[in-house]
Amino acid sequence: MSMFSNPFSLKSKLGRCLCGRHATPEEHASAERAAGLGDEARYRDVVASGLMRALFPNDMKRRAFLKAVGASTAAAALATFFPLDAATEAFAATGKPEKTDLKVGFIPITCATPIIMAHPMGFYTKHGLNVEVVKTAGWAVIRDKTINKEYDAAHMLAPMPLAISQGLGSNPIPFVTAAIENINGQSFTLGIKHKDKMDVKSWKGLKFAIPYDFSMHNYLLRYLLAENGIDPDTDVQLRVVPPPEMVANLRAENIDGFLAPDNIAQRAVFDGVGFIHSLSKTMWDGHPCCAFAASREFITTMPNTYAALLRAIIDATGYASKAENRKAIAEAIAPPAYLNAPVTVLEQVLVGKFADGLGNIKDDPRRIDFDPFPWESFAVWMLTQMKRWGQIKGEVDYASVANQVFLATDAAKVMTEMGLTPPATTSKSFSVMGKVFDPAKPAEYVASFAIKRS
Amino acid sequence: MKSLGVRAGLLSVLLFVAFCALWQIAVTPSASTGPALDPEYAKLMGISTVGAKSAMPGPLDVAAKLWDNLKRPFYDNGPNDKGLGLQLLYSIGRVFIGYGLAVLVAVPVGFLIGMSPLAYRALDPFIQVLKPISPLAWMPLALYTIKDSALSAIFVIFICSVWPMLLNTAFGVGAVRKEWLNVARTLEVGPWRRAFTVILPAAAPTILTGMRISIGIAWLVIVAAEMLVGGTGIGYFVWNEWNNLSIANVIVGILLIGVVGMVLDLILARLQKRVTFPE
Repeated sequence: MSMFSNPFSLKSKLGRCLCGRHATPEEHASAERAAGLGDEARYRDVVASGLMRALFPNDMKRRAFLKAVGASTAAAALATFFPLDAATEAFAATGKPEKTDLKVGFIPITCATPIIMAHPMGFYTKHGLNVEVVKTAGWAVIRDKTINKEYDAAHMLAPMPLAISQGLGSNPIPFVTAAIENINGQSFTLGIKHKDKMDVKSWKGLKFAIPYDFSMHNYLLRYLLAENGIDPDTDVQLRVVPPPEMVANLRAENIDGFLAPDNIAQRAVFDGVGFIHSLSKTMWDGHPCCAFAASREFITTMPNTYAALLRAIIDATGYASKAENRKAIAEAIAPPAYLNAPVTVLEQVLVGKFADGLGNIKDDPRRIDFDPFPWESFAVWMLTQMKRWGQIKGEVDYASVANQVFLATDAAKVMTEMGLTPPATTSKSFSVMGKVFDPAKPAEYVASFAIKRS
Repeated sequence: MKSLGVRAGLLSVLLFVAFCALWQIAVTPSASTGPALDPEYAKLMGISTVGAKSAMPGPLDVAAKLWDNLKRPFYDNGPNDKGLGLQLLYSIGRVFIGYGLAVLVAVPVGFLIGMSPLAYRALDPFIQVLKPISPLAWMPLALYTIKDSALSAIFVIFICSVWPMLLNTAFGVGAVRKEWLNVARTLEVGPWRRAFTVILPAAAPTILTGMRISIGIAWLVIVAAEMLVGGTGIGYFVWNEWNNLSIANVIVGILLIGVVGMVLDLILARLQKRVTFPE
């Protein structure tokens, strides 16, 4: 990632890197080094790189110039005729928020890490907002409270804004996914008595809990079952249980297993109730899970507040994506006011060195990861699954719904303003369990499955 | 008489001690701890799985937690973490508002219904249908129409506690002895005076019985409603500790819910005694 590249370095290229997301190894290294710098320095680099680009439209010439005079001389020379400090300040101060006292709802799971940690770690105040984060009992409640404007914005499952916008399970109200919270970070968990059921094909007849009908969990679990020849509607029972209540239900043997956020799965292991069968990333590495959502009304009536909030979230997400910060984050979000969970459990989730419940210690630093960019192709995939399982009846214009709900362009704009490098496109292809998904051909994708409801 | 009271008290204490002892014995783990775990793995696991301790807390754990919570009942760490005292106050406040509104509606309306046998008969089926509906069933409807979770919780308390009072008031008013009404009529007492000086005192014990049933229901409802909408209150506290699987804290919550419910009931029992008259 070349988000924090130094414009005075010979090695870094200015402007967007070629592939957008995946930079060269040197760039990656320099970004990690630069991440140690404060915001001030980062904004300064952004302004300076804009200036350098204006002076030397040709990258070759800029490098030749730097080689000739040296980086520090170049920086000093620039500073003499351009007030870098003042420009940096002007850049950092953007439009004043229309409203600074905000309420943001969350569900106590590690998926909400950026939203929650932004409160104790001061990301909201840094961007001029006084945000109250409010713990909420379940997804239906968070949906109703956000629709009723008790919350200005909320932590939602990534498919929820798509569902609300289309009026699935509620009145149609235009909602948006401003940013993705986390990628990966979910686990297929089974009760300890099902130790021998490592093969998914043997899961017939079990009872599984999912957090919500419109969740990646629902779609991923159904996908996994269907790929193994189990019809999720007739061969197993899928039950909606709010994530925080899953462990209690698993202990009571009310359910046989669940696909849930990692802190819930790890809690089941911690209490000796269940074991982690597999991580969701083995199905689709980099899949989205939860989203930072708001109503379209909020973002149009209060654009500056929305921008400041989005900046805080993207800032927090960027911080959370760094492995070295994860331990501190686990401690910040563990108290009763936030996740109310043992630090050991959260650390195993965020750092990625965890007990699987069967006596093994596994290590996967990318068990959960954080990447704010709301790819439109993510939305298209979710829509294909809604269609596949009969949640959407009739025709759906995949591309336009995805474009209206997943605000990839807005996120890219804010990321650019913050000096980060957003991806150059808003759609990308990926594969789920080895099957490639082409966002341009959603209808064909739905038709290609053997087990489906439409 | 006194010695009976003392003996009953002694028996209560004895029962409590016996219960706690049995509880303690039940949660004490057996000596064998099973196969030894890899220490590094054990560090990642909960204490109950390592075999050192049962998952169910004993009476001493609960007492320690209770003391912990009672030591600082009014701390306030933002919207999601408040002291038990504050949580209880939130719950009691909600109950009083919802219950107060229910009294304001149920007593006058019950009075009117009770005075007219026709209205009593006509409305009875509706009341009987609405009375047994659970607060959890009202909640989604309330959230959807009222669009405010705090008001929804109050509405649910209102709607669940209004029926027993309404029925009892109507019944009490309808059951005032005919002789007393006839005496009032021969003395040419006006309708207002008749209502306040004859019917109300006569019906007061029945009305208070309804109010006493209702406060119990309101207190039951608040816990369920707060578990559903979250935010504040003793119900939220129990829910939050359930998420954390802190059974000791859940038991503390249950104890306090019981104590407050008992106090509320005692207050109304006192009131009831004051309006009851010997015949």
